[in-house]
Amino acid sequence: MFIIGELINGMYSNISAAIKERNKKEIQKCALDQVACGADALDVNCGPASKQPLVDMPWLVESIQEVTDKPLCLDSSRPAVIEEGLRAARNKTIINSTTADVEKLDALIPLAKKYKSKLIGIAISAKGVPQNKDQRLELAATIVDNCQGQGFSIEDLYLDPIVLPVNVAQAQMKDILESISEFKIISEPGAKTILGLSNVSQGAHLRSLINRTFLTMAVAYGLDSAILDPKDKELIDTLITAELILNKNIYCDSYLEAYRKK
Amino acid sequence: METQLALEKWAGAISAITIGATKDEGGSRINTVKIGGQSSLPLLFKEGSIPNPPAIAFEVWDIPPQDWPEELTLPYGGVLNDPFAWADKCVNEFKAQLLCVRMQGAHPDFGNKGPDQSAKFISALLKKVKVPLIIVGSGDDTKDNLILPACSEAAKGERCLIGSAVQDNYKTYVASALADGHHIIAESPIDINIAKQLNILISDMGLSLERIVINPTIGALGYGLEYAYSIMERSRLAAFSGDKTLASPFICFVGQETWRTKEAKASLEQGIIWEIVTASSFIQSGADLLVMRHPAAAEKVSNFINAIFKK
Repeated sequence: MFIIGELINGMYSNISAAIKERNKKEIQKCALDQVACGADALDVNCGPASKQPLVDMPWLVESIQEVTDKPLCLDSSRPAVIEEGLRAARNKTIINSTTADVEKLDALIPLAKKYKSKLIGIAISAKGVPQNKDQRLELAATIVDNCQGQGFSIEDLYLDPIVLPVNVAQAQMKDILESISEFKIISEPGAKTILGLSNVSQGAHLRSLINRTFLTMAVAYGLDSAILDPKDKELIDTLITAELILNKNIYCDSYLEAYRKK
Repeated sequence: METQLALEKWAGAISAITIGATKDEGGSRINTVKIGGQSSLPLLFKEGSIPNPPAIAFEVWDIPPQDWPEELTLPYGGVLNDPFAWADKCVNEFKAQLLCVRMQGAHPDFGNKGPDQSAKFISALLKKVKVPLIIVGSGDDTKDNLILPACSEAAKGERCLIGSAVQDNYKTYVASALADGHHIIAESPIDINIAKQLNILISDMGLSLERIVINPTIGALGYGLEYAYSIMERSRLAAFSGDKTLASPFICFVGQETWRTKEAKASLEQGIIWEIVTASSFIQSGADLLVMRHPAAAEKVSNFINAIFKK
């Protein structure tokens, strides 16, 4: 599993304050903490409170890559903000994200090509959130189609079926899970799959339990990557165990430790 | 249309381990032997780099071997009663690059030699021959826990490979390897899960994974060879996929396993062939270090290695 740490996000008060005060140390600590807990990449999001995301994004990127060379997942709904991040990045990058809307695809696919970045495509459009699996597949196919049309390698594409909170869209959970395996057969070679995990438990109690249960099920459906809280040790332990059961790693009594030695 | 080979690309590589230390490196060996370091399955030269061919170690005991059949003792022409002459013959006549010394004389049933005696033997052997050494115990855990630390200390700085550490008995050996600058053999009973676990236990004591050589335990041709073969193969696939806890070179005690089979003892020629086939099979499953007994078998396998590594 390719783990993308979600904690550098202006939505969190410590990060929002650090951005505002240009407190580099706080950002770097958050980056290194996540890497120590097993993050393979770091999500970077200025958050809704940022008044000047075009400046904040490159500052975050610069601050983080001073301490780690892990890939950075540049997270914004505005292509201009993402481009500022790409311009500043020396680390590998992942664009987070394009929707299935033409204007987004036309803006972000060329950027991904220009900066040799990977790209996350979310199965959503301006028309709204998909209501079932077929709609998800249709949106994902649109993204794949556009990438192929523009000569972007599908192996560098991550498709996200868009996770909804279980207390809002309980009836859709099974469709979301099934979309993971079906996204992979849209094209050959297939795209990778990704989830923004924490959304599943938004507004619910027992968030950690819901997160790790959903992640386990998603892993069984073939999930390749997730944006999550790597500091949730039980979540990571569960993930490692799920992958063990799927024979992705060789068992030994200290398999949790073995995984972390990797 | 031209057929194209599908080539696998791997993320991981096996640790490269150097056995023996020269004068410049704090030891007194005239040569060193490097094993491992490959990033491809055996013989698949196009899929990755295989910098070091498998190496052959000749087995030498501190006492005359009790259970070697005549077919095996014959080529040594009487030197088996004198370990130093035996070692010397392996190096000078059979051109051994390294020796595997078995401290069989420490076994309570075969001489019960003490730590001092064993240490003195290693010191004297190091003076007599100048190739790198692998030092293994007698097989009696209680006794080996006493003599191996003494042997390890006697060979301090020579960067030997010592063993064998097993899941229930590894701490003493690891401590010795750490103190005296040696590598360690980690032995598991044809069990990949235990091999992985033992590597973790050893590395938890502070001896890095890059200093471990796995003894997967093998069977000779006709005695479970395929089983060991498949364990080694699976272990390698995991290592190349990025599992560092299994990315260790393999040592295979080919001679020991071959010469206990009744087929090997049936006739001289058959014994030699048995050892050759067993050794060359394990080269194909990833053996990096072959501990062999019959010089004629070792020579043939050495030729085989040279032939396949001829660029």
